[in-house]
Amino acid sequence: MRKKILGVLLSTTMVAGMLSACGSAAEAPAATETPAATEAPAAEAPAADAAAEAPAADAAAETPAADEGKVLNISAWNEEFKSRLTDHYPGYEVVDGTTGKIGDVTVNWLITPNEENAYQNRLDELLLAQDSAAADDKVDLFLVEADYAVKYTDTDYTMPIKDLGITDDELKDQYTYTQDVVTDSNGVLKGTSWQGCPGVMIYNREIAKEVFGTDEPAEIQAKFSDWDKFFESAGELDKAGYDVISSTADTFRVYQNNAKLPWVNGTQIQVDDNLKKWVEDSKKLADAGYCNTWGQWGEDWNKGFYPEGKVFAYFGPAWLIDFCMAADVDGSVAHDGGWAATEGPQGFYWGGTWICAAAGTDNPSLVADIMRKMTMDPAVMKDIVLKDNDFVNNRPVMEELANDPSYQNAVLGGQNPLKMFCAGADNIDMANLTAYDQGLLGDFQTAMGDYINGNYATYDEALEQFYTLALQRYPELTR
Amino acid sequence: MDKNKSTKANHNVVKFNRWGYIFLIPFFVTYIIFSLIPLFSTIYNSFFENYRSGLKQIGPNFVGGANYVNLLTTPEIWKYLGNTLIMWVGGFIPQIVIALLLAYWFSDPSLRLKGQRFFKTVIYMPNLIMASAFSMLFFALFSDSGPVNQILLSLGAIKEPFKFFQFVGASRILVMLMNFLMWFGNTTILLMAGMLGIDSSLYEAAQVDGATASQVFFKITMPILRPIFIYVLITSLIGGLQMFDVPQILTNGRGNPMDALTTVIMLLNRYLTSKDVGRGGALSVFLFVVTGILSLVVFRINSSKEKN
Amino acid sequence: MNNETTMKPHGVPIGVRRTIAYITLIFFSFLCLIWFYILLINSTRSHSEMTLGFTVLPSTHLLDNWSSLINGTIPIARGFLNSIIVSVCTAVLCTYFSAMTAYAINTYQFKGRAAIATFILAIMMIPGQVTALGFLRLIVRLGMDDSIVPLIIPAIASPVTYFYLKQYMESNLPLSLVEAARIDGSGEFRTFNTIIMPLIKPAISVQMIFAFVGSWNNYFTPALILHTDTKKTLPVMIAQLRGADWLRFDMGQIYIMIAASIFPVIVIYLLLSRYIVGGVSAGAVKG
Repeated sequence: MRKKILGVLLSTTMVAGMLSACGSAAEAPAATETPAATEAPAAEAPAADAAAEAPAADAAAETPAADEGKVLNISAWNEEFKSRLTDHYPGYEVVDGTTGKIGDVTVNWLITPNEENAYQNRLDELLLAQDSAAADDKVDLFLVEADYAVKYTDTDYTMPIKDLGITDDELKDQYTYTQDVVTDSNGVLKGTSWQGCPGVMIYNREIAKEVFGTDEPAEIQAKFSDWDKFFESAGELDKAGYDVISSTADTFRVYQNNAKLPWVNGTQIQVDDNLKKWVEDSKKLADAGYCNTWGQWGEDWNKGFYPEGKVFAYFGPAWLIDFCMAADVDGSVAHDGGWAATEGPQGFYWGGTWICAAAGTDNPSLVADIMRKMTMDPAVMKDIVLKDNDFVNNRPVMEELANDPSYQNAVLGGQNPLKMFCAGADNIDMANLTAYDQGLLGDFQTAMGDYINGNYATYDEALEQFYTLALQRYPELTR
Repeated sequence: MDKNKSTKANHNVVKFNRWGYIFLIPFFVTYIIFSLIPLFSTIYNSFFENYRSGLKQIGPNFVGGANYVNLLTTPEIWKYLGNTLIMWVGGFIPQIVIALLLAYWFSDPSLRLKGQRFFKTVIYMPNLIMASAFSMLFFALFSDSGPVNQILLSLGAIKEPFKFFQFVGASRILVMLMNFLMWFGNTTILLMAGMLGIDSSLYEAAQVDGATASQVFFKITMPILRPIFIYVLITSLIGGLQMFDVPQILTNGRGNPMDALTTVIMLLNRYLTSKDVGRGGALSVFLFVVTGILSLVVFRINSSKEKN
Repeated sequence: MNNETTMKPHGVPIGVRRTIAYITLIFFSFLCLIWFYILLINSTRSHSEMTLGFTVLPSTHLLDNWSSLINGTIPIARGFLNSIIVSVCTAVLCTYFSAMTAYAINTYQFKGRAAIATFILAIMMIPGQVTALGFLRLIVRLGMDDSIVPLIIPAIASPVTYFYLKQYMESNLPLSLVEAARIDGSGEFRTFNTIIMPLIKPAISVQMIFAFVGSWNNYFTPALILHTDTKKTLPVMIAQLRGADWLRFDMGQIYIMIAASIFPVIVIYLLLSRYIVGGVSAGAVKG
């Protein structure tokens, strides 16, 4: 009897497993069909043409060389670049959630979330194993952020852009700061980006009208032009039942970018006064009940993307507006064009994604082509602005659109914020980057979050905890 | 019996007994490769400075006992050991009290509880739940806008969402609650098995002498249960020291708030994921010694079981 | 045994005690079940429904949530398959070889038997975490990093399973049977496979379930070993949800994913609870 039950049990679990496996196999094409079907005429046709013509015409032309690897491995921490490539790279086809195809090359997405340095840890392993990996397993392309770009560009694991055959002339339209981030200590450019990330204050028009009687960016700007006014206006919002920002974490980047000191000097960790000011201002905001303290990206932080969330403003660059604010979800503020943008108390930048070629890639010309198309081709980049409202890394394109009255950002209720962004992009200074930024600023926010929440009585206690966490993470640093 | 056999030992039996070694080969080969060699390699590595700074490998440089000195003189390890013990005790005390009570009721013939099978099935169930999924579930349920807050709000018990994960006490209580839920059924069943093993004539004698239920419990049941009680305590402590899945996922590896949910194994996990081989090795050896001492106690209990 | 009348007057009346017992039991059963009830309800509700508050009754979005999970960026179907492969292989290897080890210690009177038995007993409680560092370095060197193999093979040496099976054999396996088999000319290996294994099947099944569940729920080691999304097991994927950028998920997906990893085990458990609960106490009863 027992034997029977166990047998039945095992066979049912096996069958269940097979069913779920088959289920996914059967469902996957059905799911991908929808987007493919709509885009097929546009995307596939030229790809098919190119493939057909390539052998006849010139194999060494724009299409990837035929003798290169058939697998392109791209290492990333989220879906952003994937969706950019899917929408804008000619000939990219979606296969399933983690793979795609460009011509006969399979594109493998190795996506590891950023949390707790997981992405960097994974990428480290992959790059360190690069030499011994089989050609099809080698990382070809990886993405980095400004917070830790130095860690990778200052090594031989990243290929100089020049070695891919890309000339300075092709790069001349990019914003200089985007190149500074990925230039190594010898002055060699090791990566490229399609976006610029000047940040703005994005506020809810409805709330602005209700509390301040207007949703005009210039008038709102006057109410938020420095941190004291910001705090005052936050009080007015609070009386009306609104939070000025979703979380104290929202303004962290603004203060951090305006810091004078790099996080690390030699091996010594240093905390800039402006960061201390962030802690003090945030503590004031939180104690007054003007905003919450949750971590970014969580479901509570997101609430303000919907009218029920009662959040007045978020701080962020173009990618936040486009990529994060749930514009495609019914009922969100973004969906109804309910946001507007203004400079806010201080200029800042936030994030940005850089593409680097991994040394040892077996697809150099495809990698070069992706870099050219996505980060240097004005037509593609303009298309990114028009379709996704991203701020692209191409000065002429951005300036043209900034002065184009027909360009309207639907999420921002038809406002053209590009002038504001262009001005911000010119002021970005990336001199303070270190290889430790991501870990240290994460630990700083963790420790200070506990002070702001009232778990630590004093700033000094929280600072002590910050050093504990930082030295645990980076034993080579000192305090 | 042994003696009997060996004196009568003929070639055949000896030949057969060689099979004992053969049958042990898979176990020992696997154990040596996947446990013993790693153990020695861990100990060996604990004497070296060996970590990564960015993509640069630092070491290995022999540093003698520096990693141990470092480990034992910084306050972190003691703080995390403290966190671990607090959360373990907070789960264990209610667990053992409730388990004793339920086991006593289940095995008390005069109560004649109905539906015992149902209750036992239900209370044991959380033990089999994937701890990572269970803590992800708790994270979702107790989040600021999660169902627990929604229910409390609609019942009017609170005015605005209670932020469970911002308070040390509340977060630790959630971990304790989960540990309690996952283990009290298991402990109940273990204790009950011990109670059912008690000779019923003892109870009858007590009843004849006019003992009350609580007298029977404290004077007869408890003393007889003592060995199994200690067994449960020590195994639970060893398990408690390994506490990882629940706080790791609940706090996303950070041990927030205030690092107060960080357990010793979470620290080990931090070292392992950042490839800090030296400090990770010293911590592993420290844990090995602590659990080794505790294991010795369990071992003595088990081997006395063996003899019986 | 006896009934109420034997209770002494100064004790609490049996009826009251029974009522208290029932109330306590119902309370703790409720405490065990409520979470899974909320999980079940919320996995049938859409994200927007959930933001409106909790309802006692399920909604109709179970399949929507499921399909958005299956078509999402986490290869959950692969996770299921990986988890099943790892757990089934682990359960089979663990019980078969533990039985073999237990049989060796139980049946043969070889030199060093007592010492070996003591050794296994001594290492029984040492947690795997303390050797994880060396283990990781070893499997990297063996080229088994990012593979499910190192999650399966070490199960061959499972001292705890061995311990239970040996206890079972001691009380349920007459050695005369082995001798009878020898007289019939059966080889030792064959005797073990065809005579002993069927005989200890009840204990094997119970231990198999434990090994299966243990491996199904295991998080620490897989999280350190598996890096490629398509190779990950369910617990690793679940943990990833916690760190993931929630903008790409809705709560419906999160609940359905938790449900999908919890409920298979619950179903197995409910089907076999009698043997499992018995199996837990088996170790203790022998004490």
